[in-house]
Amino acid sequence: MATPIDLHEVAEREREARFRTPWRTKVCNSTACASAGSGAVLGAMRNLVDEEMALDVTVVPTGCMGLCSAGPMVRVLRRGGGEHAYGRVDSEVAVQVLRSHVEHDQPVADHELDDEMPFFARQERIVLANGGIIDPDRIESYVAHGGYSALEKALTTMTPAEVLEQIRLSRIRGRGGAGYPAANKWSLLAAADGDTKYVVANGDEGDPGAYMDRTIMEDDPHRLLEGLSLAAYATGAGHAYIYVRAEYPRAVERLDRAIRVARRNRLLGRRILDTDFDLTIEVRIGAGAFVCGEETALMASIEGRRGTPRLRPPYPTEHGLWGHPTMINNVETLANIPAIVGRGGEWFASIGTPDSTGTKVFALAGDIVNTGLIEVPMGTTLRDIVEEIGGGIAGGRPFKAAQTGGPSGGCIPAEYLDTPVDYDSLRELGSIMGSGGLIVMDDRQRMPDVAKFFMEFSMDESCGKCTPCRAGTVQMHHLLDKITSGTGSYRDVRDLENLCAVVRDTSLCGLGQSAPNPVLSTLHYFKSEYDELIGVDDA
Amino acid sequence: MMRERRRTLTVSFDGVEVDAYVGESVLQCARRHQVDIPSLCFLEGLSVYGGCRVCVIEVAEDLRLRPACATTVAADMEVSTDSPRLKAYRKAIVELLFAEGNHVCAVCVSNGNCELQDVAVHVGMDHVRYDQRSPMRAIDASHPKYLFDPNRCILCTRCVRVCDEIEGAHVWDVGSRGQQAVLTTDLNQPWGTSTSCTWCGKCVAVCPTGSLSYQGTAVGEMHHDPKMIVRLAAARRGEWIDPEEYR
Ligand SMILES: Cc1cc2nc3c(=O)[nH]c(=O)nc-3n(C[C@H](O)[C@H](O)[C@H](O)COP(=O)(O)O)c2cc1C
Repeated sequence: MATPIDLHEVAEREREARFRTPWRTKVCNSTACASAGSGAVLGAMRNLVDEEMALDVTVVPTGCMGLCSAGPMVRVLRRGGGEHAYGRVDSEVAVQVLRSHVEHDQPVADHELDDEMPFFARQERIVLANGGIIDPDRIESYVAHGGYSALEKALTTMTPAEVLEQIRLSRIRGRGGAGYPAANKWSLLAAADGDTKYVVANGDEGDPGAYMDRTIMEDDPHRLLEGLSLAAYATGAGHAYIYVRAEYPRAVERLDRAIRVARRNRLLGRRILDTDFDLTIEVRIGAGAFVCGEETALMASIEGRRGTPRLRPPYPTEHGLWGHPTMINNVETLANIPAIVGRGGEWFASIGTPDSTGTKVFALAGDIVNTGLIEVPMGTTLRDIVEEIGGGIAGGRPFKAAQTGGPSGGCIPAEYLDTPVDYDSLRELGSIMGSGGLIVMDDRQRMPDVAKFFMEFSMDESCGKCTPCRAGTVQMHHLLDKITSGTGSYRDVRDLENLCAVVRDTSLCGLGQSAPNPVLSTLHYFKSEYDELIGVDDA
Repeated sequence: MMRERRRTLTVSFDGVEVDAYVGESVLQCARRHQVDIPSLCFLEGLSVYGGCRVCVIEVAEDLRLRPACATTVAADMEVSTDSPRLKAYRKAIVELLFAEGNHVCAVCVSNGNCELQDVAVHVGMDHVRYDQRSPMRAIDASHPKYLFDPNRCILCTRCVRVCDEIEGAHVWDVGSRGQQAVLTTDLNQPWGTSTSCTWCGKCVAVCPTGSLSYQGTAVGEMHHDPKMIVRLAAARRGEWIDPEEYR
């Protein structure tokens, strides 16, 4: 058996290496920036550095820096302090940055981003703390930034019950959509009978436009492994799965590699860090269906069966994978765990609001100046997110609505911009936190069109098991189609409203139960737009 | 009778108290007491599926609806089976089924002997509010003895379950999803070419619509026999069954 990793030594060595060259440039190589050409930027920088020995700089690929709309992003760091951020960098600009900034200490003004701008300054990063900082493929990089210290602390100084107690103190709620208190679920698994128990990380992330979980899995895979390990330790599970949607091949690759490296370093497998704790983690690839994110469908899929939800109870903690007690947590929920165990549950609970503690990652999209990934304390107002962090509406147009929760959520109009973004406030407004998609819309968007877009999504993603969801979404979509094309009538809107209630109240799983939300919320806040489309005289 | 020895508790249906066996479902209990809760996918003897949603009920003040087939009785449970909301929802669900497939009774082999038709009458459906989707799925007539018309299928999966759980052949399964969801035989090959089908006919016996029928039956001639499975399943459990009740 190999000797376990010496975390302190690795961290020390890595920190020393940081100062080997006076300059370091970090190139965001996450999926968004990669698709904008960060590969070429990395290549151009490395070529130049290879050719010219005089350039004393280390080039590091990193995960997401956040401001995707300004991608590819680059950061230049100088030994002894001083950091500059650049946006919209191509290979030419990259060379310019090295020539001018690194060689002559003259920042390239044209492409420089203001690090004090609210987009960066107003964020509070726990889950994304390593974004744009570490090299996702190097465990040393994660360890140098405190990685695996929480696991080491838990395994060597805490009992499973003590770890669970910290989760309880943190009052963290699940980031997968419903906001169920994580400690309750963990306690159920910890108390469940049986030698075989499973923990599952839900990385199916099917909401259109959402990429929070993808970014965590791709850019900080060891954080997820550490979170899962802590969850398994606290609950007595010996085996864990990470369920990743098939559309995320890069996440699968990075996680597979991270698992291999962790095993080699005795952070996974038998007798982890020379303690009595054993754990194996396996990646399972999804079947390309939104509904497979629903926990009972997800378990069916892992077992190799058709991914359809089943009736609950029994809940997974009573009857889960192959009949054994199983706990399913969202990727972001688990990615918060190392910080909670490392810094204490009370520290975590001091962030956010009393009922929604901690931070939340959002994928900011739509008609807004700064699009990208942000992490803010729970309870930040929608206005702060849209106007400050998001930089306001593109082109100076008026704000119309913010859509949260994707196909299960709703649209929030301008009069509620000062609402704090937390689980309960959003629910009161007829929307949900969901997994963190946040789409901002300006005055050109017609709300019935938005409702139709999401209904089409739900219709296509319905598994077909229960009648109201399978047949009801088809009829609701058909009615919305009539209404938005101007051939609908007063009766169609009334039928639509009735169907919303039927599908919401009688569907088997959350997909059908929440599919009417985009319709209900737009009918509630933007009824006049429906009236206009059907002609008011029609009534 | 074995059943008499089971432990009981008290529940109420629409304000009327009745005795219930510990562990039985609300639907089973209601049926024993002649409380009529319509259902389609449920069949005594097969595993509970909970997909049709026709048997939804309310429990006390809980706003959340539950399928009676999958809700276990509990002491002093107050079940409401026919509130205005439930009636409206059930009717809407049955209408959705009628709009989704081609359920034209006048030309159907099961006309007059059809559970879907009975449920539609039960919920008082006199017309369908929603636009007909009029699917045009190919009928599978490749089996020498039986016929499968997917346009009359309501995806209750009784055939899937009976074939897997009672016959042990697992010929049937569900393929695709959402409105494309359809029953398949073997690996989506014509039924007639199936190497796993035993020709036992249990799938046909349990079908609640005219979707599965015998070759050569004319309009109104098809008689299904779901009780056959109820008897068979009870016999396998070693239970005595009342021939009158299960005829
Ligand atoms: C249709 C549907 C899709 C879902 N998709 C996801 C998903 O992609 N990721 C996720 O974490 N949870 C998803 N959920 C929620 C899960 O069922 C489950 O509640 C969640 O993973 C629990 O994690 P948490 O307690 O950490 O929030 C989905 C639920 C439904 C009904």
